[in-house]
Amino acid sequence: MKPIKNIIAALVLMASFTSCNQNKEGEKSGAMASSAAEKVYVSPGEHDEYYAFLSGGYSGNITVYGLPSGRMLKEIPVFSQFPTNGYGYSEETKDMLKTSFGMVPWGDAHHPDISQTNGELDGRWIFINENNTPRIARISLETFETEEIIEIPHSAGNHSSSYVTENTEYVVAGTRFSVPYPQKDMPINEMKGNFKGPLTFIAVDDKGHMEIDFQLDMPGFNYDLSHPGRGDSHGWFFFTTYNTEEAHTMQEVNASQNDKDFIAAVNWKKISEYVENGGGQKMEAEYVHNVFDHSTQTTVSTTKNEVLRVDPRQVPGAVFFMPTPKSPHGCDVDPSGEYIIGNGKLSSDLTVHSFSKMLKAIENKEFDGEAYGIPILSFESTLAGIVKNAGLGPLHTEFDDKGNAYTTFFISSEAVKWKLGTWEVLDREPSYYSVGHLMIPGGNSRKPEGKYMITLNKITKDRYLPTGPELEHSAQLFDISGDKMELLLDFPTHGEPHYAAAIKADKIKENSKKIYRLDENKHKYAALNESETKMVRDGNEVHVSMTTVRSHFAPDNLEGIHVGDKVYFHVTNLEQDFDVPHGFSVIGANTSELLIMPGQTKTITWEPKKPGIWPFYCTDFCSALHQEMQGYIRVSPKGSNTPMKWGLDDEYKS
Amino acid sequence: MKRSAILMIIGSLLLLGLFYFPLWNIRLAAPQYPDPMGMDIFISGIVGEEEFDIQNIDGVNHYIGMKKIPKPEEMWEFQVFPMVIAVMAALGVLVGLLGFFKKIHPSWFLGWFILMIILGTLGMYDFNNWLLDYGTDLDPKAIIKLTDKEGNPINYKPPLLGTQDILNFTAHSYPRIGAYLMFVGMFLTLIAWWIRKKAFKNHR
Repeated sequence: MKPIKNIIAALVLMASFTSCNQNKEGEKSGAMASSAAEKVYVSPGEHDEYYAFLSGGYSGNITVYGLPSGRMLKEIPVFSQFPTNGYGYSEETKDMLKTSFGMVPWGDAHHPDISQTNGELDGRWIFINENNTPRIARISLETFETEEIIEIPHSAGNHSSSYVTENTEYVVAGTRFSVPYPQKDMPINEMKGNFKGPLTFIAVDDKGHMEIDFQLDMPGFNYDLSHPGRGDSHGWFFFTTYNTEEAHTMQEVNASQNDKDFIAAVNWKKISEYVENGGGQKMEAEYVHNVFDHSTQTTVSTTKNEVLRVDPRQVPGAVFFMPTPKSPHGCDVDPSGEYIIGNGKLSSDLTVHSFSKMLKAIENKEFDGEAYGIPILSFESTLAGIVKNAGLGPLHTEFDDKGNAYTTFFISSEAVKWKLGTWEVLDREPSYYSVGHLMIPGGNSRKPEGKYMITLNKITKDRYLPTGPELEHSAQLFDISGDKMELLLDFPTHGEPHYAAAIKADKIKENSKKIYRLDENKHKYAALNESETKMVRDGNEVHVSMTTVRSHFAPDNLEGIHVGDKVYFHVTNLEQDFDVPHGFSVIGANTSELLIMPGQTKTITWEPKKPGIWPFYCTDFCSALHQEMQGYIRVSPKGSNTPMKWGLDDEYKS
Repeated sequence: MKRSAILMIIGSLLLLGLFYFPLWNIRLAAPQYPDPMGMDIFISGIVGEEEFDIQNIDGVNHYIGMKKIPKPEEMWEFQVFPMVIAVMAALGVLVGLLGFFKKIHPSWFLGWFILMIILGTLGMYDFNNWLLDYGTDLDPKAIIKLTDKEGNPINYKPPLLGTQDILNFTAHSYPRIGAYLMFVGMFLTLIAWWIRKKAFKNHR
């Protein structure tokens, strides 16, 4: 009865807030509007203060925005083929999308997280998880390119991922759907007790390279989200769970029956030591690890067959459950590392656990039973406080640098500011509409910067000019430097941002590369100057090493290609000037174009179907003579003996 | 007497700065080049201000049919200029040393200065000729051929000194630290001559 009362109370509250807000909107004067405009105005030619990296959700990619302007700067292809520049189509990058299921051309990108040193964002890399075919990617923040993707075996719905520890020791990937571990054929309704929820800890080295260190064999709950401890709680990781009912069907109802699910507290330092000392059992696995090598500009793809499984019950004191009401979604840790917030999404309250109380409770063995051999700490023993009637449907919480927390409420469609320690609600602002995630630059670190907050809304409706039934999602920028949150700006986002990470521009912009050095290009088929250009036949495969420079291809006339051949165009951009890309496309190619940055070599394949003279051209308006940047390929009938001949300006080689 | 000799030696030695610092610099700015491309002209060759500036200037210039920026071995000047500077510095130091130990006449100092002025002027004249050739001797197959109001081909010569618009580019041509050191050095030798001249008069 009590929760219902709470909800009714909250609804009444909501009603009054709505009317308040209406008044507020009505009162908005021109002066107010102009001050918001000034705050987001970045003059032409000036740079934004922050880089914001928004996950693209079902676009599979990351989009980069400038804050406070809300201008989109770039889309970085990660888990999806990207015909705009050939990522996932080109010979060099198509293996980045290789998995143990074969080539997966699409992904569901979720939670970007920037690498950290001493608990602060360091701007070296950004990690992001793929939910559908479990993978973690690492993107360089020097090149803004995906450099590495590792598949997560035995996982299904890689959702409580890809958060990094305080010194980027680990990036963590938890399974949202529990599954047989290892996979096997069995009746679905025998799930309970037989499915598992492995949590994967991926070690990251100095160069950023990822390697699975161990998998924690957890009970078959749904591991929803996670966050690392920091400060005193560094060495721990916290995961929210739902479906502790272990329901296998109609989870909407059946996974919402327990009054409390858990936050799993994992002492990864302890497990890491255990593993270092030879603990854990090797188990069979099949997963693919793809690394983009910058010198050869080619993906090296390896299939691995083993993973180290750790039974948490074998490592005393390593894993505990903290009961947390109402299917908690976000699992957020405050900048000090003391408070762990469970955003009980079916509740109007927020549950806050205390790390120091948790340690004490463990010491005093204040247990309230166990789940599959893992001790459950009593609810009261770890409880720091409850934020009462904060709103409906809390999802995620971020923090500023003044001891405040900000939580999104999906159902009541608002962002709520509250005080850590006193748990009082300080302010609330509507977010349009049904806000999911929110992000404060550095909000997932020891040093948040409490100037801006963006909310990432799931429903757009009437916020922009209508564009048919399918709309882009919408983000909203708030000024949070004062006592009250102030809405500054709406901006549309691409795909469905499930989270974002932002960092001061200064930490990245000086390191952003302008070109790739031609003298470091070790691509197997690169022609590093026009005299190295060539055509080489190997059976029905023809490798063309071609160059581009403003404003011609070398060679631009090619003969001796026959129907039935597979032609590899290895195109090198000889430019060494900032922002002078060249493109390459050829009629009837069943692939994509190539967009080649200065110093790069990229390869696309073409299988000519008909005899004739077929043109190719530069797709990027590179220069004043861009329109002239074109060439012809002579395709002879299958079996004809037209000799190979290629050249530029009527000087031919053969 | 000794003071003037020391000034003469210092002044001549400042010429050696030309072996380490550029003599001149030409910068090309354009709307699409907010960071101008630039070349530093040393007595022994031309170097891009940024690593790839020469390559990029050549790339842009090929549209109007300009020759490529010469490499050191392609111009005799880059072999001769360092020798001239070295010889002149040595000569200046020698004159200074003689002035220090002996009572040589101040006109030796002035003589060195005048020789330097003549050589410098010849150098500038030669440099200007090169710029003129570079800006007017264009490939007949140039992609872009523009003419002035009278129908003559446009002269793309960068200015010897100063700032000038050339199509979409603004060329800035100014001396650099090597040249300034040389100017200061030459000025010092002039002062040395003047002091010596006065001292000579007083002695008589």
